[in-house]
Amino acid sequence: MKYYDKLVFELSQKGRIGYSLPVNRFPSAPELPVELSREASLDLPEVSEVDVVRHYTNLSQMNFGVDTGFYPLGSCTMKYNPKVNEEVAALPGFTGLHPLMHAGLTKGALKVYQDMNKFLAAITGMDSFTFDPCAGAHGELTGLMIMRQYHMNRGDLARTKVIVPDSAHGTNPASAAVCGLEIVEVKSLENGRVDVEALKPLLDETIAGMMMTNPNTLGLFETQIREITELVHAAGGLMYYDGANMNPMMGVVRPGDMGFDIMHLNLHKTFSTPHGGGGPGSGPVGVAAHLVDCLPEIRVSGFHGNFGVILRAYAYILMLGRQNLKKVGQYSVLSANYIKECLKDAYKLPIEGVCKHEFVFDGLINDGAHDDVHGATTLDVAKRLLDFGFHAPTIYFPLLFHQALMIEPTETESKETIDAFIDVMHKIAAEAAEDPRILQEAPHGTPIKRPDETAAARNPILKFKDAR
Amino acid sequence: MAGFSYIPHTDADIRAMLDRIGVGKVEDLYADVPKEFLKKGPYALPDAMSEGEVRQWLGSLADMNPRMKVFVGAGAYDHYTPSVIPYITSRSEFLTAYTPYQCEISQGTLRYIFEYQSMVCELTGMDISNASLYDGPTAAAEAMKMTVACTKKKTRVLLSKGLLPNVIAVVETYAKFHGVEIGYVPVMNGQTCPNCLRAELAKGDVAGVIVPEINRFGIIEDHAGFADAIHEAKALLVEYCDPSTLAVIKSPAEWGADISVGDGQSLGVPLCYGGPYVGFMGVKKDYMRKMPGRIVGQTTDKDGKRAFVLTLQAREQHIKREKATSNICSNESLMALWVTVYLSLMGPEGLREVNRLSYDGAHYLKDELLKTGQFEDPFPGKPFLKEFVLKPAKHPGLVQNALEKAGFFAALETEEGYVSFCVTEKRTKEEIDALVKTVKEG
Amino acid sequence: MSKIIEGLKYSESHEWVKVEDGLAVIGVTDFAQKEMGDITYVDMPDVDDEVSAGEEFGALESVKAASDLISPVSGKVVEVNEALDDTPELVNEDAFENWIIKVEMSDASELDALMDAAAYKEHIGE
Repeated sequence: MKYYDKLVFELSQKGRIGYSLPVNRFPSAPELPVELSREASLDLPEVSEVDVVRHYTNLSQMNFGVDTGFYPLGSCTMKYNPKVNEEVAALPGFTGLHPLMHAGLTKGALKVYQDMNKFLAAITGMDSFTFDPCAGAHGELTGLMIMRQYHMNRGDLARTKVIVPDSAHGTNPASAAVCGLEIVEVKSLENGRVDVEALKPLLDETIAGMMMTNPNTLGLFETQIREITELVHAAGGLMYYDGANMNPMMGVVRPGDMGFDIMHLNLHKTFSTPHGGGGPGSGPVGVAAHLVDCLPEIRVSGFHGNFGVILRAYAYILMLGRQNLKKVGQYSVLSANYIKECLKDAYKLPIEGVCKHEFVFDGLINDGAHDDVHGATTLDVAKRLLDFGFHAPTIYFPLLFHQALMIEPTETESKETIDAFIDVMHKIAAEAAEDPRILQEAPHGTPIKRPDETAAARNPILKFKDAR
Repeated sequence: MAGFSYIPHTDADIRAMLDRIGVGKVEDLYADVPKEFLKKGPYALPDAMSEGEVRQWLGSLADMNPRMKVFVGAGAYDHYTPSVIPYITSRSEFLTAYTPYQCEISQGTLRYIFEYQSMVCELTGMDISNASLYDGPTAAAEAMKMTVACTKKKTRVLLSKGLLPNVIAVVETYAKFHGVEIGYVPVMNGQTCPNCLRAELAKGDVAGVIVPEINRFGIIEDHAGFADAIHEAKALLVEYCDPSTLAVIKSPAEWGADISVGDGQSLGVPLCYGGPYVGFMGVKKDYMRKMPGRIVGQTTDKDGKRAFVLTLQAREQHIKREKATSNICSNESLMALWVTVYLSLMGPEGLREVNRLSYDGAHYLKDELLKTGQFEDPFPGKPFLKEFVLKPAKHPGLVQNALEKAGFFAALETEEGYVSFCVTEKRTKEEIDALVKTVKEG
Repeated sequence: MSKIIEGLKYSESHEWVKVEDGLAVIGVTDFAQKEMGDITYVDMPDVDDEVSAGEEFGALESVKAASDLISPVSGKVVEVNEALDDTPELVNEDAFENWIIKVEMSDASELDALMDAAAYKEHIGE
C-alpha cells in the first residue's frame, strides 16, 4: 500500500465540474423568497470526473478488505462476500423501487421478504422476523423493545431490568439502556461460562429477561444453557439471543430449540453481505410464536429496513441451500480450533478445550520483557501482523482478560491461508522473545505508522475547515 | 453432491486439521453441545442453487416489479446517480472492509469519512458531523435522545406535525421505550405553527423541538424566531432536512439550529425499496461529546505524516457500555462514501442545478395539473421546491390508479385526502406532459 | 511510586479532598492519573449542580477508556476548573495541583468516612 495524502477538497479548482445534467427545458419559475434562501457559501469541491475517480481509487488503495487478505477479526465474521450477490442487488428492477409503492407494484421484492422470513425461521427455529433493523445493535434494541412490549401488554410494568453476562458485547448494555432497561451483570466462571449459581439470586419479578450469545464472546458454548433458560422463564423473563455469534451454529443448532424467545441476526456477518467499512448492515429480529403480536407495535426505521442488504443475504442462502448450511457452521469451528491448537504454544490460552468459531488468547507467553525493556503487548502483536499482510484479530475484547486477542477465521479461508497466518503468528512470537521493540515500533510498511490518538482526542480536528 | 465454491476445505485439509486438533470427526467439535439441541433432520430450505440459477431467479423476481416513472418523494427521492458512484463504491477495498479499527490499513475509509463529515458540515452549516447513522428517521430519534441528554432533567420533546409520518413514528417508538414524553406542534396554514410552538414551550420541561425545513406538504417552512423562542426555554432546536435542497434553501445553521438531521438518500442514492440509505447528523460544537456514532479526526503519525483515526471514542458503547449516548455501532459507511462521491462530482454548481431543474419541473407540473381543472391548490402561494400536494376533485385513489396504469407512480394520497407529487431532475418535460395528458383523459 | 500528600482525605475510588475556606476542593490522585494514562477529556458538572457522596459527578476520558469521577462528599458545586476544558493533560502533569471541582458541603461529617494518607497508601498497595 502506498501513502496518498490528498483530500478531495484540495483538488478543487473554481469553475471545474464533474457532473452532467440535462438542459433545463422548463419555463423558469419565480425565484424562491429571499428569506427562505441560503445565503451562506457552499464550499463543496469543484473537480472533474477523472479527478474524482483517481482520488477515490487512490484512497481505496490505502484500505484492506476481505478481498485483500485474511481478516480474522473476532466477533465480526469477516467471511468472503460472494460477487453474484452484488450483481443481483444492483438489478434495476430492485434499485428503482420506491419504498411507498403498494404490493401490486413490488411483488418481486415482497417475495424476497416472504422467502427470507421462512428461511431465517428454518435456520433459527424462530417463528417470524422483522427486517426493519439496519444493523446488529439496531436489532438488539428492537428485540429489547419487543421484550418490554410483551411485558407491557400483560400489564406487568415492574419488569425493568435485563441480565447481561460480564463477557457480553458492549452493545448489549448500551442497547438495554437506550430501551430504558436497567442492566444487571452476571459473572462468568473460571471456565468462561455464565455462573448459574450467581444468576439465581438475580431472578425476581423485576427481570424482563436475559441477553446471551451462545457460543459466548470467548467462543465457548454455554453448556448450561438449558438450566439458564429454564430459570429465566420460570422467573417470568424472556431469553434474548445476540446473533453476532450465530455462524458456528449454522446448520447444527437453532437458538429457538435452545429456548430463546427473541433474537437478531447480523446479515453482514453470518450471511456474507459486505461490511462496507462499517455498514450498511441488516439486523433482522426473530421472535417465538407467543411474541408475534408485539412486532407490529415497533417501528424502528423509515421504510422496510436495508432491502439491498437483505437481497444479498437472500442470494447467499439460495446458494447455500439445505445441503451446504451445515458446512458453514462446522468448518468455521474446525478452522478456529485448528488455529488455537497450533498457536497455544506461543500465546496464552486461558481456557482449554474445544471452542466454536472463535477463541481468545491472553497475550504472548513470552513477551520479551527484560531489564528496562517492556514486553510486547497484544496491541504490538496486532500492529506487527499488518506488516505481514494480515488484518489483526479483535484486541482487548472481551474485557475478562487484560491482553485479549480474539481470533475468528470463518469457513471461507483455505488451509494454506490459515497455515500462513499461523506461521506469521509464530514468527511474531519469536521476534517478541528476541526483541519486543520490533513489535512495539510496528507497523513498518503501512501507508502510515502509529498515529497520535491522544492529540486527536484532545484537539479534535473533525472537518476540512478545522484543519486549515 | 456438488461442491460449494465459498468453502475451500478439501477432504485432505479436513483430515489434517482434525488430526492436529486431536479429534476424529468434525461432529466431535460439538461434543459440548447437549445432544437434544443438535438439529435432527434436514432444514426446511430449498435445494442449493448454482450461481446461474440464482442470477436467473433473482432476475425473474426483479422483472415482477414493473418499471415506473417515479413522481413521489415523501422521504425517498428519485435523483440521478452518476455512473462513477457505483464504480467507486464497489471497489472491494472499500466494500469488503470492516469498521476502520486498524487505522494504519484503513486510511481510505477514514479519509472518505472525514470528507463526508466535512461535506455534511458544509451543507448544514453545523460544526461537527458524525460518520453516519442508519437513516433519516432514526437520526431524528437519536437527536430526540440527544436533546434530553444535553438538557439536564428535562423529559419532553416536541415534534412538528409537518414531519414525515415515518419520522414521527420512529421517534415515537424510541421515545416510548426511552422514557421521553412526546408533544406535538400542529401545522396551520401549511407551516409548523409558531404560536402553538410558543404555547407548548410555555408548558415547560421541553428538552428539544424537531421541525422540518421542508414539511410533508412540500412547503419550505419559515422558521424565523423559532431558535430564539426555543433557546429562551432552554431547549434545543433540531432541524430535519433534505440535504440536497440545502444548496438553495436556508441551512439549519442559518435558522439557528443546535442539531440537524435527515437522510442523505437524496444525494444520489438509489430508491432501492427504502434502503440502504444514510442518516446524517450535524451538531454545534457544544454538543460534540453527546453526539452518537463514530467520528473521524485528523492527527499525525509518528513520522509527522497526516493521518486519520476514529476519535472521541469514549462516548461510544464499547467503552461506556450502558452509559453510552447511543448503542449505535455499525452505521452506513459505504453509503456515506456514496454521498461523498456524489457531492464531489456535483460540487456547489451541480447541486444548485439539480435543485433548479427539480424546482422548475415541479412548478411546471403543478401549473399544468391546476390547468386541467381537476385539482385545487390547498396552500396557494406557499413556497415549494420539488414536492407539492393538491386536492383532487375525484377520489385520490382513482387519480393514482389512472396514472399507475400509464406507468407513473404518482399522486400518493396523504392522510388529509390530498395527493402529493414530486419532480426531480430525472423527470423530463415529455414525461410530465404525458402525465398531465393521462390526467386530462382519465 | 505514586505521589500522596499528607493532610488530605482520600476515597476508595481515588479522589482526594482538601478543605479550603470551608469548601471541599476535589481532584483525582496521582495514582488514578497514572492508571488512566493520557487524559483527553475531563467531563465536569456545571456550577450549581448538586453532587452526592458516592455518586458520580463526571468522568475522566482517555483514548480507549472512560472512568467515572465519584464525589467523596455531598453538596453544591460552586466552581469547576475551567482550565481542564482545553488542557485536560494538566491532570497528568500534576493531579494534586489541578483540582476538578469545589463543593459547598451539606454535611462535613462525610469527610470522616474517608481515608487519610496512610490508609490510602495501603489501599493502593504502595
